[in-house]
Amino acid sequence: MGSFLLLAFLLLIAGVIAVPLASKLGLGSVLGYLIAGIVLGPVLLALNVDVISLQHFAEFGVVMMLFLVGLELEPQRLWEMRAKLLGLGGLQVGVTAGIAAGVSLVFGLPWTFAVAIGLILALSSTAIVLQTLNEKNLMKTDGGQSSFSVLLFQDIAVIPMLALIPLLAMPDLVEEWDMAALSHDTEIVETLDSHGDDHADTTHGGETHASDDHGADAAHAGDDHGGGDHGPDLNLVDDLPGWAQALVTFAAIGAVIAGGSYLTRPLFRFIELAHLRELFVAAALMMVIGIALLMTLVGLSPALGTFLAGVVLANSEYRHELESDIDPFRGLLLGLFFMTVGAAIDFGLLFGNFFIIIGLTLGLMLVKALVLYGLAIIFGIKGSDRWLFTLSLAQAGEFGFVLLSFVVANQVLPQVIADQLLLAVAISMLLTPALFIVYERVITPKFIEDQAREADEIDEEGTAIVAGFGKMGGIVNRMLRRAGYTTVVLDHNAGLLERLRPFGVKVFYGDATRPDLLHAAGIEEAKLLVICIDEREEITELVKYATQHYPNLHITARAVDRHHVYELYAAGCRDIIRDTFDSSVRMGRSALEALGVHPHEAELQARDFEDRDRYALRELATTFDPDIPAHLNEPYVQRVKELREEEEAEIQGLNMHNTRLDRGWHPPGTRDVDSIVEENEAARDRKK
Amino acid sequence: MARVLLYYAHPGHRHSHVNKEMFRAAQKVDGITIVDMYAEYPRHDIRVEREQERLLDHDVILFQHPLFWYSTPGLVKDWIDLTLQSGFAYGDNGDKLKGKILMQAITAAGPEDAYTTDGYQHFPLRTFLTPMEQTANLCKMRYASPYSLYSALKAPGAGEVAPHVSGYVSLLEALRDDRYDFDAAPDVVSYATLPLKVEA
Ligand SMILES: Cc1cc2nc3c(=O)[nH]c(=O)nc-3n(C[C@H](O)[C@H](O)[C@H](O)COP(=O)(O)O)c2cc1C
Repeated sequence: MGSFLLLAFLLLIAGVIAVPLASKLGLGSVLGYLIAGIVLGPVLLALNVDVISLQHFAEFGVVMMLFLVGLELEPQRLWEMRAKLLGLGGLQVGVTAGIAAGVSLVFGLPWTFAVAIGLILALSSTAIVLQTLNEKNLMKTDGGQSSFSVLLFQDIAVIPMLALIPLLAMPDLVEEWDMAALSHDTEIVETLDSHGDDHADTTHGGETHASDDHGADAAHAGDDHGGGDHGPDLNLVDDLPGWAQALVTFAAIGAVIAGGSYLTRPLFRFIELAHLRELFVAAALMMVIGIALLMTLVGLSPALGTFLAGVVLANSEYRHELESDIDPFRGLLLGLFFMTVGAAIDFGLLFGNFFIIIGLTLGLMLVKALVLYGLAIIFGIKGSDRWLFTLSLAQAGEFGFVLLSFVVANQVLPQVIADQLLLAVAISMLLTPALFIVYERVITPKFIEDQAREADEIDEEGTAIVAGFGKMGGIVNRMLRRAGYTTVVLDHNAGLLERLRPFGVKVFYGDATRPDLLHAAGIEEAKLLVICIDEREEITELVKYATQHYPNLHITARAVDRHHVYELYAAGCRDIIRDTFDSSVRMGRSALEALGVHPHEAELQARDFEDRDRYALRELATTFDPDIPAHLNEPYVQRVKELREEEEAEIQGLNMHNTRLDRGWHPPGTRDVDSIVEENEAARDRKK
Repeated sequence: MARVLLYYAHPGHRHSHVNKEMFRAAQKVDGITIVDMYAEYPRHDIRVEREQERLLDHDVILFQHPLFWYSTPGLVKDWIDLTLQSGFAYGDNGDKLKGKILMQAITAAGPEDAYTTDGYQHFPLRTFLTPMEQTANLCKMRYASPYSLYSALKAPGAGEVAPHVSGYVSLLEALRDDRYDFDAAPDVVSYATLPLKVEA
């Protein structure tokens, strides 16, 4: 327990210090975490922490991230992406793997090694790239979307790779290489020795000594690494014939889609009975972990499964609720993941073979970048997007780690090569944030025009958030939509949502007063927040929060009575609408017309009444004190009386020409006409 | 029988002495259509289709209003801006109003001699009405001389309201019955100079 707390504390403190610094310096959070990890590395080593196990645990962050990505992606959009996904993704993996394998052959490696190396290096880092794209708001750009397609394809491609790689096993050859390394390359031997078993453990998760019982090891090679992500831990389908495997696979995917579509709603309705916020979080985690587990059981990628579930739920009213529940976990786990990448870099080995490994890394990145650039041209990705695509995916990724330990365990690659590749993969990931910085500082300034256009597009996205879908929110929403604006409507009355669903009204479930939910609903990009919820205190709270945190956001708030108007004004809102005032005035006007008043006259009366009422509202604001009940507030009561007397006097006609009514279109008197005539005559006389 | 459409526009109806009486009398004339514009559109939300429909259904369009700042009350201007669309009233294919009569019945506070080059209004009344006249021209309508009352504020004291109102009723009936002689009308028509055709 104590050591767990110490470890947790160390990781947290490193992150808390390094990430804000890195962000402040414009390096992005990923680099911050990586650096924190590098700094922590020796400490973790000294504490005998198994960094790689930790890393596999943290890889679950990737699963969560794909769930969130899925939530943002409606099914029809995924369908529209299919060409890019298969074409761009397939070509990227195929061509990069081919070139990497070719280069390996040129360096005299056996073809089985070459194929394995090609596959491993073709993959990029979903974790780093998606995190950075989101952070920098680049996800919606063409370049971001293309990168995403490729990453998704890679993620799916890992599964067949895991199935195929064992076929490349050449135990004798591998052993030969390992022996040769021991006898010839003293440098490497020294480095390996100097770190001893400890080092080997920290880098490869305890599965490095694969030379003896390969059969058994290979069988559960994925075990240690799969706890987090890819390796099937409890695979149930391995022993089934091919057709049955396929059947089970489809059944599992079908279960995820059907469950997402039909079970989520009743589940959340049920949970709502408890009125406990944390239960939603628990349920959301349960869903994600459950899906990951199911996928693992049938030998599919958990990331793929949760991604699909996310897509299924993208149209659901619980989307923002799920987003805000899962997001903190994703953030923490990915942070942990990046730190472990940093911590796992073996500087001994690196400095021992500095030029080889740096050369390997840079060569790898260059090849990947060239392939990406070529694909970008073929697929018509233009301008700064082409560069974003090229630079963002030019690294190897976390799936590379997984595959590396897998190939060693399966006797496909010798340890010596895997060690160096592992470093190259890690360093290329470490360099990725630098590539993004190059993109931002060097590339984008050259494409300012493009950027301006993209910025506009994003601008139009999150236009208005309507909080509360009661009668008021419903009308406001309809008006905004009719005028062509995009709205995000939030309400936490599940019963109401249930009743609205058959009518195809799109409302998200969620308590709009919760900051994380507002965040998930896109308040950062929104221009406007319309607050239509019923509860007085909640409205005030929300106004306070929103004015404080988003000074540029326009807030239109509902006030339930005139005292509430003062409260909201004090809370910083300047666009306050009393909820029943306008309709009451209209009703009064209607009553006047029914009594025989000319409609135009009734309209003038209504406007005059509004004027008068607002005047009183402003007058009384100065004496209103939220801490004293109105009827006990002496000056307030006094002013109310005075105002009433003023009004009485007007009605009596003592104050005749003061209202809009009497001034409007009032004809001049005959004296006015006479005076005009006189003036003109006098003027003419003067001229003569 | 001509189909007469009377648009009445007076935002200060409650203060009116002359127009109110004219309007009241007009309502008793059979066989004409009367629209109280400020009653129908108190919030200026003119329904264009309905108004164009009305125009198509009538031959004589008459606007009755007080002269406000040498022009019509604001709602009439809004009505014109919105209703007389291109393709309907003017421009390409815009001949739906062709041949109809456009006329005004106005009251002005200024005396008759003020509306002369030497008077304090410096221009004849018809000069102030030229925008309406040219509007009619552009819409291929015939602009008829306005039925007018000068010194409208002094009219009640001078006993001028009653004859002006009964002249108005005669005008409406004559328009309806095709007994109004547009060609014989002076520039500005008063109850004393109504150009009625002699009964055949
Ligand atoms: C806003 C306003 C503007 C007016 N402008 C003029 C004007 O330009 N020329 C004029 O002769 N009379 C003008 N008058 C006087 C009106 O024409 C006069 O009040 C009206 O014709 C009287 O008719 P009524 O009793 O039906 O209201 C104006 C009156 C108002 C209220």
